[in-house]
Amino acid sequence: MTPAATLTAAIAGERRALARSLSLFENGELTDSNLMAIIESRGETLDSTVLGITGAPGVGKSCLINRVVQSWSEQGHRVAVIAVDPTSPITGGALLGDRIRMSNADSEDNVFFRSIATRKHGGSVPSVVRGMLEILAACGWSRCIVETVGAGQGEIRVAAVADRIVLVEAPHRGDSVQAEKAGLIELADLIVINKSDLDGAKKTADEIRHALEAATIPTPPILLASATTGDGVEALMESIDSLKVSDFAARTRARESMRAAWDMCLLNSPNFEEQIDNIVAGNTTIDEALEKLRDD
Amino acid sequence: MSTTLRIVIAKPGLDGHDRGAMVVARALRDAGHEVIYTGLRRTPAQIVRIVLDEDAAYLGLSSLSGAHAHLFPKTCELLSAAGLNDVVVFGGGIIPEPDHEQLYASGVRALFGPGTPSSEIQSFLTTAASRIKAGEAIGCGGNSKWNWTEE
Repeated sequence: MTPAATLTAAIAGERRALARSLSLFENGELTDSNLMAIIESRGETLDSTVLGITGAPGVGKSCLINRVVQSWSEQGHRVAVIAVDPTSPITGGALLGDRIRMSNADSEDNVFFRSIATRKHGGSVPSVVRGMLEILAACGWSRCIVETVGAGQGEIRVAAVADRIVLVEAPHRGDSVQAEKAGLIELADLIVINKSDLDGAKKTADEIRHALEAATIPTPPILLASATTGDGVEALMESIDSLKVSDFAARTRARESMRAAWDMCLLNSPNFEEQIDNIVAGNTTIDEALEKLRDD
Repeated sequence: MSTTLRIVIAKPGLDGHDRGAMVVARALRDAGHEVIYTGLRRTPAQIVRIVLDEDAAYLGLSSLSGAHAHLFPKTCELLSAAGLNDVVVFGGGIIPEPDHEQLYASGVRALFGPGTPSSEIQSFLTTAASRIKAGEAIGCGGNSKWNWTEE
């Protein structure tokens, strides 16, 4: 079956063809232009939203996503999750373990869960995710969730793919100055302090609230929840469901989309690895290597 | 570097021992593969769903509970029923020798016991990949009679 035929079968509702199409796009065998041509030929407008869930490693992103998926699937939505884990920069291998906390993702027909590795891409969301989300939307998965790699303060690439961003925090992750720093925290449409069953959660929420209220941008809702006990999850879901697709961050979104596309061009250029070999061997400078890649 | 494979490592049934599965997952990661770990206590049907959604070409089943004679063939049967008969299935854990024949007959292509060097699992995967490339049907529902004991 050709890549294009596989995508057509996926859009017609074949689950394995969908899983295969996502791999084809990830491996570069289906291109953006393939995608657009096939999706446009469908002729319907697609109604799909993308929720980005980000935050530092270990704050409980996967466990909270499990709750969100459960809630949406019970309401009858078709929910797809793309969960990203890091690729080893040394061996190229990856251990993808986000689904171990999501047992309901393994049994229900209206939940699709895909683990992906960052591969050659830097950052918390690889550039291919954008296209993969378009495929999922075209196949009728109306609620999509992207779980980023455990992300630090400056990792804002999730803005390139998500309509709405939820930042997950947890108690005892640094003093109050951490909340004053710029970056990811300013792009969050909603901040949830997970592990509210532990001491210090309320203090963390207060510190973040005080820091953000001093800023000129509107303060997002800051909620407490515990994915383990379920406390606060209902209020969290109400808040997520009432979030407007934010437009004050439209410029950031566009900028990150551009950067993602630019990265993709660089990483897909046929001589990328060869130029890295040349730089390591001392045969070329970074400027020369970039120039060569531009000329190719 | 060899080609990156997508491999699901699964723990079927009521078995809480995942040290072996984690060691194998880690070794395959270090060999450059993308390894999806299912977590504990999955049913054969859940494992099939995971292999399907993750578009994995290989499935490793780990069992130390003694239920392998039911769970491994059941997983192979459900994979085939879901149209995933090209997925290559291998197993490990405590699998007594007298049970091997029945498991191979059900579609499992290799069984690795305690003490197996991780390089042997990697050799199995490399051999399996080249047999697939040569057009041999070594998936769990394929007609090939090959299994790793022959090597």
